[in-house]
Amino acid sequence: MELPADTRPQAAPGRADGASQDLLRRLGTQGPEREEAVGELHVLLLKAARFEIGRRSAGLPHVRGGDLDDLAQQSADDALLAILDKLDEFRGESRFTTWAYKFALLEAAVKLRRRAWQGREVPLEHEAWRRLSDASSAERGAEDSELFAAIREEIENLSDRRREVLVAVAINEVPIDVLAERMDTTRGALYKTLHDARRMLRAGLAARGLRPGDGEEEKP
Amino acid sequence: MSDSSKKSDGRDRLLARVLGPAKPELSCEECFAELDRYVELSVADGEADRQVPGMREHLHGCPACAEEYRSLREFIDG
Repeated sequence: MELPADTRPQAAPGRADGASQDLLRRLGTQGPEREEAVGELHVLLLKAARFEIGRRSAGLPHVRGGDLDDLAQQSADDALLAILDKLDEFRGESRFTTWAYKFALLEAAVKLRRRAWQGREVPLEHEAWRRLSDASSAERGAEDSELFAAIREEIENLSDRRREVLVAVAINEVPIDVLAERMDTTRGALYKTLHDARRMLRAGLAARGLRPGDGEEEKP
Repeated sequence: MSDSSKKSDGRDRLLARVLGPAKPELSCEECFAELDRYVELSVADGEADRQVPGMREHLHGCPACAEEYRSLREFIDG
């Protein structure tokens, strides 16, 4: 899809979009020119992966610096393979480098989340909801107590699978890709299950005349 | 922030996590496919939410995709 010219993203000041386009062109060639371009792309991906790992390393105090750099290298390697495999899917709706960076950031983020949860049990029990809702509504009125009690009942009415996914991701804050790996499924499939669970909760609440949080979503 | 507004914020975030976005949203796969365009539009103030409907709602409902949005935006805008 071609964006109207007046809404097309502009290259940030000092960043030449031409370099991004030239890199993409050279990746489509053969021989030494392509090999050189692949090497340049790997350098960019490694920079992105190190950025992601740097901003999250405080949450991994038990992982040594050398291990973190290994994670960055693995992320850049995996991102490079994914990009070269999907090169035909680049639609030109952003700079090529922006498109490429997202693969490195994703690989690094997933590896870090899995490392952070390595050896930890994934909590699926929904007693957490009772504790959270009790703490949250302890000093609130009858209206909130009714809402939180209704949500607890609706959670209990969900199928086992939907309840487990909702409780793990939304209540116990287990990263969705960590849960997907443990449940031997994909992140997309698991989010669909979460989405269905939330839809059923909202429908159950609406049937009771309760419609919390139907306003505009905040900026992410 | 006062104690009461902290509690209200915690309550609202808890409800948002459990109930998710009220409006239609993209899937994780669609979010990843659009992420680079959405981030560049956001940085350029190019009406990202109008150009990519359902993205903001998905980022509201999916903490992992929201983290990746913030990372890419911070990285290219840094």
